[in-house]
Amino acid sequence: MWTLFTENSDAFLTGFVWTILASLIALVGATILGTVFALLQVMPNRFANKVANIYVEIVRNIPLLVITMFFYVVVARMWHLDGFTSGTLGLTLYSSAFIAETVRAGILAVPTGQLEGARSNGLNWYQSMWYVVLPQAFKLVIPPLGNQFISLIKNSSVLAFVAGMDLMYQANAISQTTFDTFGPYIIVAIFYLILTMPLSYYMRHLERKLVGGGE
Amino acid sequence: MQSTTKKVLAWGAVALLALGAWAAIDKMSENKARASQKNLAYDRVMNSNVMNWGIKGDTKLVGAMNIESGQYEGFEIDLAKELTKRINPKAKAELTQVTSGTRVPMLLNGNIDTIIATMTITDDRKKVVDFSDHYFSAGQSIMVPDNSKVKSVKDLNYKGAKILAVTGTNSAENIKKIAPKAQVVGLPDYSTAMSALESGQGQALTSDNTILFGLGADKPNLKIVGGTFTTEEYGMAFSKNEPKLEAATNKALADMRADGSYDKLAQKWFGTVRGLDWKEVTK
Repeated sequence: MWTLFTENSDAFLTGFVWTILASLIALVGATILGTVFALLQVMPNRFANKVANIYVEIVRNIPLLVITMFFYVVVARMWHLDGFTSGTLGLTLYSSAFIAETVRAGILAVPTGQLEGARSNGLNWYQSMWYVVLPQAFKLVIPPLGNQFISLIKNSSVLAFVAGMDLMYQANAISQTTFDTFGPYIIVAIFYLILTMPLSYYMRHLERKLVGGGE
Repeated sequence: MQSTTKKVLAWGAVALLALGAWAAIDKMSENKARASQKNLAYDRVMNSNVMNWGIKGDTKLVGAMNIESGQYEGFEIDLAKELTKRINPKAKAELTQVTSGTRVPMLLNGNIDTIIATMTITDDRKKVVDFSDHYFSAGQSIMVPDNSKVKSVKDLNYKGAKILAVTGTNSAENIKKIAPKAQVVGLPDYSTAMSALESGQGQALTSDNTILFGLGADKPNLKIVGGTFTTEEYGMAFSKNEPKLEAATNKALADMRADGSYDKLAQKWFGTVRGLDWKEVTK
């Protein structure tokens, strides 16, 4: 298996870089988008609540592969999107719906007195959210948010289906040219672990640092 | 300090586990290869009256699912059924759909006895499987949108060109040598590759001409250009442990060629294809 890796190290490392890139872009994009939709869901405006609700319900109830294929073969007819872009976009939208739900849960878990207190001190709704509620909400949702991030990295393997050049795509290509059905997948599994395990540990650490002792 | 030690220990354990799994799986596949007996599939075909064929389900004319009847149809399907009958008159052909990527692993794992799925005989593949005598002659070609200026594969040999192919096919490997400057975009199956071509994900789709003829049959917005630039001889693939099954298949195939039933099949499926002489495929 080591020779399999050294002979195809170019392909594996290329896949590793594309997987990291797609995950990073989707992670940042989905966190921002998810937070925006979470705020839209809780803000005192019926119309905004409705729009955000529809978005979250539709996106999180469609399989990731379907969303990705939609960008790759349907949207691409109007605006050109290659496999990597479609895959990363699909991943961002899909994850944003779950992150929106997570963040919303966090916001609702912050005692209402916090918002009321902030408002009565002269802050408007947005300022109270931004300076008072959101910081507390994020602290509460670090564990589930960490799970979302780990899922996101693993879900990036959807890029393989639209030729996104990621780890899984390379594993398929190598396995199909070398006829080795074990090796390439074990190697990419290790690569995925290299990405997800430290994140998992870091999330634990963050959780302990921010929450521990506070109660 | 203590937490650092813990971390080192935890990571060490993870590394050990990974190494252990790695070694175990290596050992397992080695054992499996050694333990597999000779002619197991042949004996089963002769005794249980079932022969398992790995076939294509998304390649019109050659092997495709007819959505209305739910049956597989095509040249390779008819051939597989006829060969089964000639190997063991009492046997029935059992059809399992495979893709270019899954066919060899499925054969090696014993899910199927034989592959008859547009598989070109190549030296690389011969290292892993045994091939029957060739039963079909095709050639690699390209398909482009109707309004494309591309006239042959040479027009695609520039940096930035994207050529669509199905991963695991010989075409995907060949095209790297024929148009080395272009990027090969590998997709999991032909239906995805066709959607990708129609969505402009690449300038052309490359595969064997017979496959392209089938794919483009009801697509007036696509055209096949430039003729063929390779010769692809298809063979049926067997596990290296099945010399008897292979010999029986070769004999049945030779019989079919001798009594004209092979030509009849070729004419049935390729006689009406525009731009293709059915005699070409029987060479």
